[in-house]
Amino acid sequence: MDLPQPSHIPHVTGDALTTGVAIEGLSKSFGSLRVLKDVSFTVKPGEIFVLMGPSGSGKSVLLRHIIGLEAPTEGRVLVDGHDPMVEDTRGHVRMALVFQDGALFNSLSVYDNLALYPREHRLGSEAEIRERVMHALQILSVEKAASKLPSDLSGGMKKRVSIARALVIQPQLLLYDEPTSELDPVMAATIDEIIATLKDEIRVTSIVVSHDRDLALSIADRVGFLMDGRLIHIGPPSGLKAPEDPRIADFLNPKIDIRNPRFKSLEA
Amino acid sequence: MKQLRSILEGIGSAIFLMLRSASFVGTIPSQFARVIEQCYLIGYTTLPIVAILCFFVGSVLALQAGYSMQDFQAQQFIGSLVGLSMARELGPMMVSILLAGRVGSAVTAELASMKVYQEVDALVTMNISPERILVLPRLVAVLVMMPVLTIIANLVGWYGGAVVCRYTGFIAIGPESYFAAVRHVVKFKDVFDGMVKAEVFGFAVVLVCCNIGLNTRGGPREIGASVTRAVVASLILILVLDYFVTKVLI
Repeated sequence: MDLPQPSHIPHVTGDALTTGVAIEGLSKSFGSLRVLKDVSFTVKPGEIFVLMGPSGSGKSVLLRHIIGLEAPTEGRVLVDGHDPMVEDTRGHVRMALVFQDGALFNSLSVYDNLALYPREHRLGSEAEIRERVMHALQILSVEKAASKLPSDLSGGMKKRVSIARALVIQPQLLLYDEPTSELDPVMAATIDEIIATLKDEIRVTSIVVSHDRDLALSIADRVGFLMDGRLIHIGPPSGLKAPEDPRIADFLNPKIDIRNPRFKSLEA
Repeated sequence: MKQLRSILEGIGSAIFLMLRSASFVGTIPSQFARVIEQCYLIGYTTLPIVAILCFFVGSVLALQAGYSMQDFQAQQFIGSLVGLSMARELGPMMVSILLAGRVGSAVTAELASMKVYQEVDALVTMNISPERILVLPRLVAVLVMMPVLTIIANLVGWYGGAVVCRYTGFIAIGPESYFAAVRHVVKFKDVFDGMVKAEVFGFAVVLVCCNIGLNTRGGPREIGASVTRAVVASLILILVLDYFVTKVLI
């Protein structure tokens, strides 16, 4: 496969956040279920912050708070000093979320999925929009799928189109929910490179939710570890090589022990 | 108590959705293509079934009226009865019921599916209001198409009655006499009132269906449940509104 080099990206222009993202005492409950518990951390402008943790630990819910899709039960989120729940914030700060399942518009072609944002916000002539869209598709090597419907794409292709759609927004803050799941190792590495290049060359602030330790080690500036709704660790990615917390160590290096399986509680 | 609260929440949510959509009225010219597409879906694709249904509604009305009136030799009033019934009540009612069943269910299914599969969330993250591009064009389209569908429903219903009157032995009223009675009794106000009813019903149906669709949570099973709920709520709403709108218009 002829993969594009991430150095093509600087065509995408953007301006960095000035104060980054601040999460202060964030708690979220759905009914009696408390999903996030007093989570606080900051993400500096231009930083790549990788959020790791087991499934169901609240990582995706946290992302939804940062982009303003969920309102906190307690605490607050500030993106460049603005509350993301306030509609005007999206006018001040260009944000994009790469959804875990793509969330592509099924009734629109891949091209129209990408063109929707610039068309709706009138960001140029149709020719300019076309150039912008095709460039984003080329970065992710999915330009041949431009005329296809999302239902005709594989899971990995959908993911790449979803990332391309986020690039079209030229975001200042880019959130990724499991960006490399369902991708082959080469494409996963390309995505890692794209995330890193966006940071290096146009200072896009990125928050990446992932289970992928390699991704965290290779591109993260800092790594946060969420478990049972609590942020139990924040630090440089080097800390993942020999984690002191046994819960993190067990998550990153799970040992298969058929004599003492994790699901033994099921026997009861 | 819980059901009452749920109903009140639904009403509040629908009103909020209407106000949010109305705040984007200025964007209608830039969404012309979307409005036309919705006009096609709401109007053109519903037309054949409206025509078939209303033809037989008019026919049955004439047949029943003719059967009942033959004892009194009052067949000359069949045109008046069918004409007024279709214009004031059955035309807008039948079109709205079909709209709820055909368009309302499709709208709910589409929006519920978009909600469940996070397409609506994706729009929000792109700073594109779902109310603007998903709800407003449908509301505008239904306001444009309902009078058209209602007039066609009335005309087809009247012709259905005329055909029955002409070819049913015990009625035997010619089209000239039938339509003379229609023209004599049915005034512009009757047709206009019917169109007002259709506008109110159509708007309410699409608003309720959009609201239920956009508030769907869960998975495929909830999409189906939302469609059922939307159609049932629309049908109840049409009948309830019918009473109040009729009371206002009379």
